[in-house]
Amino acid sequence: MELLVSPFLDNAFMLRALAAGILVAVACGVVGTFVVLRGLAFIGDALAHGVLPGIAAALLLGLPGIVGAAAGALAMIGGVTLVTRRSRLSTDTAIGLLFVGMLALGVVIVSRSGSFAGDLVAILFGQVLGVSEGSLLLQAGATLLVIVVAVVCARPFLLLAFDPDLADVAGFPARRYHTLMLLLVALTVVVSFQTVGTLLVFGMLLAPAGTGALLARRVGSMMAIAALVGALSTWAGLLLSWWLDLAAGASVVLVAVAIFFLVLAATSLGAARHPVGDRAR
Amino acid sequence: MTARSTAIEATGLAVGYPAEVVVEGIELLLPASGSLALVGTNGSGKSTFLRTIAGLLRPRAGTIRVLGAEPGRVPARIAYLAQSHANGFILPLRVVDVVRMGRYPARGLLGRLRSEDEGIVRGAMEAMGVDHLANAPLGSLSGGQRQRVHLARVLAHRADLILLDEPNAGLDAGGRERYLAAFAEELHRGAALVTATHDIGEAVEYDRVLLLARRVVALGPGSEVLTPDRLMETFGIVVRDPHPEHGARFAVAERTHGAPQVVELPESATR
Repeated sequence: MELLVSPFLDNAFMLRALAAGILVAVACGVVGTFVVLRGLAFIGDALAHGVLPGIAAALLLGLPGIVGAAAGALAMIGGVTLVTRRSRLSTDTAIGLLFVGMLALGVVIVSRSGSFAGDLVAILFGQVLGVSEGSLLLQAGATLLVIVVAVVCARPFLLLAFDPDLADVAGFPARRYHTLMLLLVALTVVVSFQTVGTLLVFGMLLAPAGTGALLARRVGSMMAIAALVGALSTWAGLLLSWWLDLAAGASVVLVAVAIFFLVLAATSLGAARHPVGDRAR
Repeated sequence: MTARSTAIEATGLAVGYPAEVVVEGIELLLPASGSLALVGTNGSGKSTFLRTIAGLLRPRAGTIRVLGAEPGRVPARIAYLAQSHANGFILPLRVVDVVRMGRYPARGLLGRLRSEDEGIVRGAMEAMGVDHLANAPLGSLSGGQRQRVHLARVLAHRADLILLDEPNAGLDAGGRERYLAAFAEELHRGAALVTATHDIGEAVEYDRVLLLARRVVALGPGSEVLTPDRLMETFGIVVRDPHPEHGARFAVAERTHGAPQVVELPESATR
């Protein structure tokens, strides 16, 4: 038992990492549910990587990285919206263009500064063990905002995932709520990058929500399962990292992805024993 | 006729997309609690017209007022059944969750669903015969069962104007009977009904029929509009029931090549 809790009780930085990780898990559980249900994985991935030039430019200018990340995310959403509306290209193509363009810009900015090597690793993979109390507060505020918006907009978000036309006819403009949903994804990515990094936050958006989709029969319970799986992954990942001396952020995401595949195997086995037709009865 | 007693008023209306007008010159006055069937082949403009009434497409020319307002301005009073729901089957939703969506326009963003709403939802599920599936995941249902659930959602709306795009799709005989009874009851309640359908037998029961073939072929009472000549002009092939005692029964099929023709239904098939 002591093996499971002592690292957190004896080390303030581990406790802060656990708290930050759980806050990321809750925000990613809520937002990730929409990402999975609406098939927004590609734009989620693009946002997670597209913030890189913003962060790099902010660091170059001596600004906080989070300001650059926010600017990068907004540029990404604006660019995708513009290309989609002004051309006949599909959203996938628009996202891909912006994604690769922003990533290349990030690498170019980083290559212009020799002092970036360490920072780049932190941007990509996070510094969950170095989370400050200020970052923790910011993460708590963002998670609270995500929950409030998700609760207030539960009906339009559900209709949007079900059928955007139905949302429009019911008086909830699909385009407006789609943009709001993208902003929530962006907010989650931006405030989580300090904890798990821009590469790994995408894993926290997808893996726990994917596990929730395998188990839940309602959207609310899918979010709850996703948040719980994310929190469990944070705790187990940090422990693995502590006892086996592994990279912390990557361990957390690896546990989340492993849980997804374990649940997938278990549910596939269950489905083979009880065919789909039985469930409706 | 005042706006209050008019469900749809269209003048010189053209419907379509920015790059293409599908039907133009629609003149229509549908009174409140009136019924209108849209009949035509695939691609004739039925769904485009319905989507324009629902406010999903802008009119390309002319004017249209829906329940006295611009289309899309009175969502609480308009229910819409689309032909398909892109994502519905992958969502973790139970049947009752989908039918409850019918109450969202009335309750808005944050209004709680009250016991009267739950009563309406239950009644709608009973009317379509899906009450025993209330807690079943939507994804586990057959296509016909899902169509019944969507029709129950539309019923739960208690709308003043109901727009249905091919509501018969996938329904078995029992489902079709329930659908006809439930929406006859909606008309009786005072709702107006606009239905896009391929079912000539159903369309003839409506107050008015709009026959479309990427243009307005005819508009008027079913007995005047659904004649073999006009159906042939629209569909290219008509199968006619030779027994007058059956009422003017026709079946239609889209003829893609060759000359239009009327086919007498063999006696053995109509007994």
